[in-house]
Amino acid sequence: MHNRKALAGLIILGVFLVLAVIGPWIAPYDPSAVTQASLEPPSAAHWLGTTNTGQDIFSQLLVGTQGVMVVGLLAGVIATALSVIVGVTAGFIGGLGDEFLSLLSNVFLVIPALPLIIIIAALIPSAGGVTIALVIAFTGWAWGSRILRAQTLSLRNRDFVEAARANGEPMWRIIFFEIMPNLIAIIASGFIGTVIFAILSEVTLAFIGVTSISTWNWGTVLFWAQSSQALVLGAWWWFVPAGLCIAAVGTALTLINFGIDEFVNPRLRNTAASAGILRKKKIRARIGFTPVFRGDANADAGAAATASVAKKGKASR
Amino acid sequence: MSIAEARRTIVKQPVLEIIDLSVDYGYDDSAVHALKNVSLTLGAGEILGLAGESGCGKSTLAYAATRLLPPPGVITGGEVLFTSSRDGHQGNLLRMSDRELRAQRWRDTAIVFQGSMNSLNPVYKVGKQLMDGIAAHEKRMPAHVQRARAAELLTMVGITTDRLESYPHQLSGGMRQRVMIAMALALEPEIVIMDEPTTALDVVMQRQIVEQIMDLKRDLGFSVIFITHDVSLLIEMADRIAIMYAGEIVETATADELYRYPRHPYTRGLLRSFPPLHGPRREMKGIPGSPPDLQSMPTGCRFHTRCAYAMPECSISVPTLQPPTVAGDEPGRLVSCWLHEDPAVTVPVELSRRA
Repeated sequence: MHNRKALAGLIILGVFLVLAVIGPWIAPYDPSAVTQASLEPPSAAHWLGTTNTGQDIFSQLLVGTQGVMVVGLLAGVIATALSVIVGVTAGFIGGLGDEFLSLLSNVFLVIPALPLIIIIAALIPSAGGVTIALVIAFTGWAWGSRILRAQTLSLRNRDFVEAARANGEPMWRIIFFEIMPNLIAIIASGFIGTVIFAILSEVTLAFIGVTSISTWNWGTVLFWAQSSQALVLGAWWWFVPAGLCIAAVGTALTLINFGIDEFVNPRLRNTAASAGILRKKKIRARIGFTPVFRGDANADAGAAATASVAKKGKASR
Repeated sequence: MSIAEARRTIVKQPVLEIIDLSVDYGYDDSAVHALKNVSLTLGAGEILGLAGESGCGKSTLAYAATRLLPPPGVITGGEVLFTSSRDGHQGNLLRMSDRELRAQRWRDTAIVFQGSMNSLNPVYKVGKQLMDGIAAHEKRMPAHVQRARAAELLTMVGITTDRLESYPHQLSGGMRQRVMIAMALALEPEIVIMDEPTTALDVVMQRQIVEQIMDLKRDLGFSVIFITHDVSLLIEMADRIAIMYAGEIVETATADELYRYPRHPYTRGLLRSFPPLHGPRREMKGIPGSPPDLQSMPTGCRFHTRCAYAMPECSISVPTLQPPTVAGDEPGRLVSCWLHEDPAVTVPVELSRRA
């Protein structure tokens, strides 16, 4: 993989995915176990310190990773699938079908996700990660759908699609082999965006105490830190690591998104590949102002010539 | 006679001098060398034709000379000197700051793009777009003066002024092309670069537009670099023609001389690719093969792989652009071919004919 940004993103995300699977096994303590070691700062026994009830924070984060990852990815997959199905179909078929599907996505657009989840969580006290993921997915797919519909509308009238029709390609082939490859960048970024949104929503819900506070995720850690006034007590180790985890996952997903863009778009791929060379040679490649690069030796000679001219100018004065 | 002298004899008052311009696509060792040491001079009031097969660097030359080449294009050497024939102000386009370049654009050199009928923004009326263009360079000009100027420009290219209120889609392809030409002439530039302005049009429209350009040139006195692969069109309208092959200029001469007495085998091949308008019928020959891959250029003369007159010499060393050896050729002709460079070789009769 040539793309360092995407590689870094994949490594960070990979670490969290592995932790999501093995977290509960490698956690050194039971995250809910109350002990006498109250509010201890990080030490060899408790790597990230303890809460005011003596719970091990490192174990809480490890166990909580699973919930965050499952909700994020599940919501991302469902929302992306929905947006692709509705958006591409609407854009491609046009007419009444398009009207109906657009109406549908418009309706879903105006449903506010967080309040709805709060209501559902209040109605079903046992609402777990999967329920939350489903609600986030069902309220979060409409934006992607609208963008995909617009792009499909623009693509379906392009010459290469016309040519495919003239070749007698069936509709499914045009959609999947002509149009879809042009949409991958949008689909991928929509997926990444939804995953970030879902993770933040879940953490937020846990943080404000709407979802079950007995299942561990990073938001639950923050909820307890907040309600126990960790900041006032100076127990930074209680909330900083959870915040950093959230930031790290968000960063990783964004980095992967850059990588996907460059991988899918051949033009960006070349640009990315030459970015390093451009930086080294100090060429600024811009549209409308073609750079002039006369090679290092010539550039030096040019600078020297200018300098000598300047000197002469001074001397004559 | 050196190349510089030859150029001076033929161009009395240069407005644009392209000297040893080299252009790469790409930034590292795998870069494609699209142009190599291309020199060209455009005289005041002259129509200079630039012809060659697709992919030989015609458009690259025009865009590089105006610094409009998009990435990954990069200019790796040379100079482009502009000298005004009106007030004598000078400038080197390759050493200008962005601001100077932006101010210079369109005022000194305007461009009519390839397929420029699509360069009009579909959501604005034609008049508004013309006025916007004028306003970009003449900020203090009052709106009604801009409007009058826009109307004047449309009249100039033979479109009635009520079309100012039309949207681009309401105009035909030919009319849109005329609007683009009007736009290029808005600031009375000294140089108009036309990149295949008539390629997408039918022959009737092509004829009308070419005549329009000639009329406008006569009235307004600008110089034209006309890029096309239609050599027959060039012979008719251009004063001088430069033939390009694989990123190099292989021959330059006045249009008439070039047509009657081609000196480079490639020029002869191009001329034999279309039927003559008068004189006896002859078989059309064309040129066998296709232009070389710019990434793996043949050694020596770049044309030798397709040349019927290729000699051992041709694949070994690169010929230089210099006056041909044929006696009686007009001064200022240049050709890059071993047939004319090597004094030991007898030039074939079809490449040395006079009268």
